[in-house]
Amino acid sequence: AENEPPSGTSCTQLLIFVATPGCDGFPSLDSKENYKLSVSEDSMLLSADAVWGALRGLETFSQLVGRDENGTYYINNTEIVDFPRFPHRGLLLDTSRHYLPLRAILETLDVMAYNKFNVFHWHIVDDPSFPYESFTFPELSKQGAFNAMTHVYTASDVQMVIEYARLRGIRVIAEFDTPGHTLSWGPGAPGLLTPCYLGKEPSGTYGPINPTLNSTYKFVASLFREVSTVFPDFFLHLGGDEVDFTCWKSNPKISAFMEEMGFGEDYKKLESFYIQRLLDIVSALGKGYIVWQEVFDNGVKVRPDTIIHVWKENSVPYMEEMANVTQAGYRALLSAPWYLNRISYGQDWIPAYQVEPLEFKGSPEQKERVMGGEACMWGEYVDVTNLTPRLW
Amino acid sequence: SRRAMGRAMGLAGLLLGLFLVPAVLVSTSLRHGAPPTEPEAARELAAWEPVSGTVREDSLWPLPQWLRTSPRQLQLAPGRFQLVHGAGSSAGPDCGLLQDAFRRYIEYMFGQSRRRTWGRRPPGGLTGPELWELQVVIEAPDPGCNSYPQLTSSEAYHLTVTEPVAILKADEVWGALRGLETFSQLVHEDDYGSFLVNESEISDFPRFAHRGILLDTSRHYLPLKSILTNLDAMAFNKFNVLHWHIVDDQSFPYQSIYFPELSNKGAYSYNHIYTPTDVRLVIEYARLRGIRVIPEFDTPGHTQSWGKGQKDLLTPCYSGERPTGSFGPVNPILNTTYDFMTTFYKEISSIFPDAYIHLGGDEVDFSCWKSNPEVREFMKKQGFGIDYAKLESYYIQKVLDIVSSYNKGYVVWQEVFDNKAQLKPDTVVQVWMENNYANELSSVTGAGFTAILAAPWYLDYISYGQDWKKYYKVEPLNFPGSEKQKKLLIGGEACLWGEFVDATNLTPRLWPRASAVGERLWSSRNVTNLQDAYERLTNHRCRML
Repeated sequence: AENEPPSGTSCTQLLIFVATPGCDGFPSLDSKENYKLSVSEDSMLLSADAVWGALRGLETFSQLVGRDENGTYYINNTEIVDFPRFPHRGLLLDTSRHYLPLRAILETLDVMAYNKFNVFHWHIVDDPSFPYESFTFPELSKQGAFNAMTHVYTASDVQMVIEYARLRGIRVIAEFDTPGHTLSWGPGAPGLLTPCYLGKEPSGTYGPINPTLNSTYKFVASLFREVSTVFPDFFLHLGGDEVDFTCWKSNPKISAFMEEMGFGEDYKKLESFYIQRLLDIVSALGKGYIVWQEVFDNGVKVRPDTIIHVWKENSVPYMEEMANVTQAGYRALLSAPWYLNRISYGQDWIPAYQVEPLEFKGSPEQKERVMGGEACMWGEYVDVTNLTPRLW
Repeated sequence: SRRAMGRAMGLAGLLLGLFLVPAVLVSTSLRHGAPPTEPEAARELAAWEPVSGTVREDSLWPLPQWLRTSPRQLQLAPGRFQLVHGAGSSAGPDCGLLQDAFRRYIEYMFGQSRRRTWGRRPPGGLTGPELWELQVVIEAPDPGCNSYPQLTSSEAYHLTVTEPVAILKADEVWGALRGLETFSQLVHEDDYGSFLVNESEISDFPRFAHRGILLDTSRHYLPLKSILTNLDAMAFNKFNVLHWHIVDDQSFPYQSIYFPELSNKGAYSYNHIYTPTDVRLVIEYARLRGIRVIPEFDTPGHTQSWGKGQKDLLTPCYSGERPTGSFGPVNPILNTTYDFMTTFYKEISSIFPDAYIHLGGDEVDFSCWKSNPEVREFMKKQGFGIDYAKLESYYIQKVLDIVSSYNKGYVVWQEVFDNKAQLKPDTVVQVWMENNYANELSSVTGAGFTAILAAPWYLDYISYGQDWKKYYKVEPLNFPGSEKQKKLLIGGEACLWGEFVDATNLTPRLWPRASAVGERLWSSRNVTNLQDAYERLTNHRCRML
């Protein structure tokens, strides 16, 4: 009869069946997130290949549960078969332009889970500050954080983020962006950054990492050895964007090096020289890497399984860039139309929604190289007082 | 709303504890301009040197009209320092408004400090000169403790900070409130956690008398807490008018005593209303901060929600000969409309104590009126032809007369003026259309009406980056007109329309961008240096958090 309350045990349990074990592992790019959900009078069953799918299915199940005017919880008969279109669905947070307290990051991970995001791209350090507490180089945060006591991420903070994310099926991909975007590294690592010159004298200011010194590569190798052990994901994001050549050009020792190496006046070659060595270092540590599109645009030799992160909207229209990257055989991530820090009036979710990541001319094999994308919330104008309503 | 979202963005969380460490140095300079009002005080302070280039950690916002500081610092002991009524003040301990302010400002200045136990001066020497107390002296015979602030209230104050006692003089309590805010901005902590204040003298008053914030509680309901938090923020920035755009098309949250069906049927839900108690609380909370509450009951357009609880108030729209079932603006041709308005405004006039009520009058869409045969008939009878602006004016004039009969003044949006309604000479016209607003200001003031400017300050129009600068750069008197005309521009308002705003994002969207408008309306015309403003505003923002 219509108004009879549901009887029996059918509505008291959601049975969850996971085919392959993996409760203690970390999610990866290849993780299976598919699930099936069946809700009927007889039973409620969520089945998935892996625990990650079970997490996705639980979120969906929770969205199906409704409450009527009398306060009774109910759920409709439902059949759902679900899996993600793209395996890499990420969110970038920037904790260098403004420090974000741990709770802000954890809160963001919760909301990511509500929305089935599965990658937290942690742009952890940059020019303005270095909040990452390194055990190999403690001076980096001591000298480079906004406040070395309060505006840092301790080792335990980082582990907390990684575990909190893992429990939600979210991968944590750390980005230590070099050789540009590194001003905050300077105070704690003397000799790392290039001294800029004014005529024949150092001007007192610094530029990108100095690619001509052996000490640079020693430093980078040690730091990334630490980062590789701290962050369990296979991938690290190595940055490589917006390298300003002016400082390099001003420095006579760099000019000398350029001549020695036969690079002429082409500083892109110097940039590539650095990046290639960095990539080799990181590969040797057993990690894969993601780099911003400049690394590809500037013709750096990268491993075939490199992922190129497309972020520029217009220097080449981004769909064209997606085509070029995938045609060259690399996998791609799309962020260009999803810079959510660029706020504007009204329902700006609509243009973000209308983006079709595969809308470029290319073969099916090319399209398969698009792993997904990331919404980016750069921190120039964002801190804990406005992060959540700006992002969601 | 579900789960952690509401909790996560709780305003309490926003306001507690977070601070950005500003490594900002602020330089002071000797301010020229109006001399202090007390010649005796000036003589005593003659020993000071000018202090350009002095590093100071306090940052005043908005910048006072006249200020002079010295490098000499006085210490304040949180446990001993007091805000008191000075000798000769017309206000005393029975002045609830000041008592409340004293407690509030002590909390703002020393709140986090643990040394709050009351104690005597320690025996033996002090480590430095100490400031014992700030004496507040109200000079007018009627201080205003139990009154409501008005457009003509005096907000001027004179602050002298010297050892051992600082003096804050003001005509009325409103000036004392402004002065207390400034004083609290002067008090800063050093690296050792000591509270310090530089010896200073400040003479201050607002450039414009009407400095408002518009909140829209119809597009999205704003819980009481949200409104009260905003009143606090307004006080930090010396805003003195809350323009409460309380109802509109989308919802009618105002619980009317005479017409309870208006909110019963027109509010989003019973949980989304403002009871008479809520309204009283807002008004009193505002009063204690020297803030006027001007409610806006916008008609004849923007009234969809009114029709749900008040049958026959809105015009039925027609398609040919048949009513479509939808409604347009308030129906101007029925006597019942004016009977309703008479009773409704009687209530509003008694509930809201301010001398002014905002009657709206913007964006009236004529299409529904045009479609209605009875309205067309009425137009003919009145000899309006097909000029519906005349019908709009006819309506408005009758409402203006109703409101006048309750001895209230009124503010209207510019269309009411543009469409040539007959306005009383003391009508205030609010200019909101961005296109060529300088011209509109000329026209309005040229016709002898008082104006307030909102057009360049629609803060709901967010954009990427430091848009506070464009609000700061506005010069309200940049319009063609005589001196007399310029005097008719009494101020402006920063508007935060609610289409995309609710309690989850109101505070970070409104502040500190509205602070730019606050300084523009309070400080002198020549306070325009963006770099200096940036440094002070950065500090001010952290302080507000």
